[in-house]
Amino acid sequence: MSEWWTYRLTSFLLFSPRTYYRLLELYNLAIWPAQLAGAVIGLAIIALLIWKRGHRDRIIAGLLSACWLWIAWAFHYQRYAQINWAAPWFAAAFAFEALLLVVVGVLASRLVLQPASGGKLWIATSLVAISVLGYPLLAPLTGRPWTTAETFGVAADPTVIASIAALALVRGRIRWLLLTVPLLWCAVAAATLWAMYAPEALVVVAAVLLALWPAVQGTRRGAPDAVR
Amino acid sequence: MLGALALTPCRSKIGAMGPEEPAMWSRRRALRTLAAAGACAALRPATALAQPRAILTRPIPSTGEALPVVGLGSWVTFNVGDDPIARDACTDVMRNFIETGGRMIDSSPMYGSSQEVIGYGLRKAVLTERIFSADKVWISSGAQGREQIERSRQKWQVGRFDLVQVHNLLNWQEHLPTLFAMKGSGQVRYVGITTSEGRRLRDMEQLMRSQAVDFVQVTYNPLDREVEERILPLARDRGIAVIVNRPFREGALLRALARQSLPPWAADIDCTSWAQFVLKFIVSHPAVTCAIPATTSVAHVRENMNAAYGRLPDEALRQRMIAAVERT
Repeated sequence: MSEWWTYRLTSFLLFSPRTYYRLLELYNLAIWPAQLAGAVIGLAIIALLIWKRGHRDRIIAGLLSACWLWIAWAFHYQRYAQINWAAPWFAAAFAFEALLLVVVGVLASRLVLQPASGGKLWIATSLVAISVLGYPLLAPLTGRPWTTAETFGVAADPTVIASIAALALVRGRIRWLLLTVPLLWCAVAAATLWAMYAPEALVVVAAVLLALWPAVQGTRRGAPDAVR
Repeated sequence: MLGALALTPCRSKIGAMGPEEPAMWSRRRALRTLAAAGACAALRPATALAQPRAILTRPIPSTGEALPVVGLGSWVTFNVGDDPIARDACTDVMRNFIETGGRMIDSSPMYGSSQEVIGYGLRKAVLTERIFSADKVWISSGAQGREQIERSRQKWQVGRFDLVQVHNLLNWQEHLPTLFAMKGSGQVRYVGITTSEGRRLRDMEQLMRSQAVDFVQVTYNPLDREVEERILPLARDRGIAVIVNRPFREGALLRALARQSLPPWAADIDCTSWAQFVLKFIVSHPAVTCAIPATTSVAHVRENMNAAYGRLPDEALRQRMIAAVERT
């Protein structure tokens, strides 16, 4: 790309905000009632974070993996690719993350959520809860119809924010491998929303910074798990 | 001096007499036509009987073919995916564009679903034969250029493109020979190159001097006038048609201008809106062949097309127009 410094974020926006939200609306109408299944999965993850049960971490990894795979196929590849030629790459990245969660979390059992302190666990659980129960409210709060609401499990942004919140608790450096795709997506999503002058951009950035706090704290303090 | 500007009556295709028709009509045919005209006159409102308005056109220098000075872009606006409501809205825009005398529609493989949406609209509104189709090749691999153009043609559902341009000069070294070969074999009618927002103008200038392109496409408006220095004069010298993209800076210019009222003297050149004001400034440059604003609104496309009618500013007024826009 020559003279790259002359490009602005809006230079890369291929569609109008109206088209983007209409895409969300048509997607929501087409997949209904899958949103309810997504909400149930989200509530299950919250419950597992609060009340630790056997195989908790493997179940969380499996549930998150299912959500990422669904979004890769049903949203990015089937829908978003209609208006964004980069979306097949997003689909591949989401499918890779789903695979990673299965391999690391379900098969190898390397995804171990720390027996986190109260504060870290509280932040992570709260952010997952906000992603599941609060993020859909952004639609009416920003003047959009309910039909354009983005819900956990089927829409990318709330699912990725909740994933980052949960994966930030993972013990060891493997957490950064698991967080790579989610963080890259958040950068893409925030840039897209910013180019659309959508206030959700700030929500995504703020949520990610908050969600990362437990992970960054773990690394900075040189906790034993951080060098594993 | 407004260059080779011409006035072409805007009339329906049914009423137009093509060059293939015989100069002398038979008596029976003449009577039939007069009777049909009388029937139409009885059915139409009085305004339709008035003298048809003349749309402003400019000749493509390499052939003399006349093009209306306002065309239709599709960047962002026609990328609506498979949303049936939005597709029909785009079809309405195209239908109104053609009905008001427009011809050139421009797109690119870079513009998401815009090509499919154009093809959908052309087929649904039966407009294919009435447009001047302008598309682009946009792929790094020169070997895949021809294949991409064919895919684009299938999406547009046209027999062939009137114009294919090398998008943002991407790998022009390999694409231009392909396009010239396609022009030689009649698969496209014209060849062009594009840039936007003032990028790579030196490269474009070199290509205008060294390659036999029919069209260049650049950004030009009362605030972005870099091309006035070298590109536009060179286009006149070399006999190259000029398409102007981003006339409204993707709407930002009109949003800024909306904060102030249109100068009263804009009426002297038949402008009733800032959009017409900006478009008339652009197409009044003698080197410019056609400006291609993009819109999703029927009202806006009709407003834009009004800039292709009536009076245009002279050089003194053009300077006044620049001053008026720069005050924003």
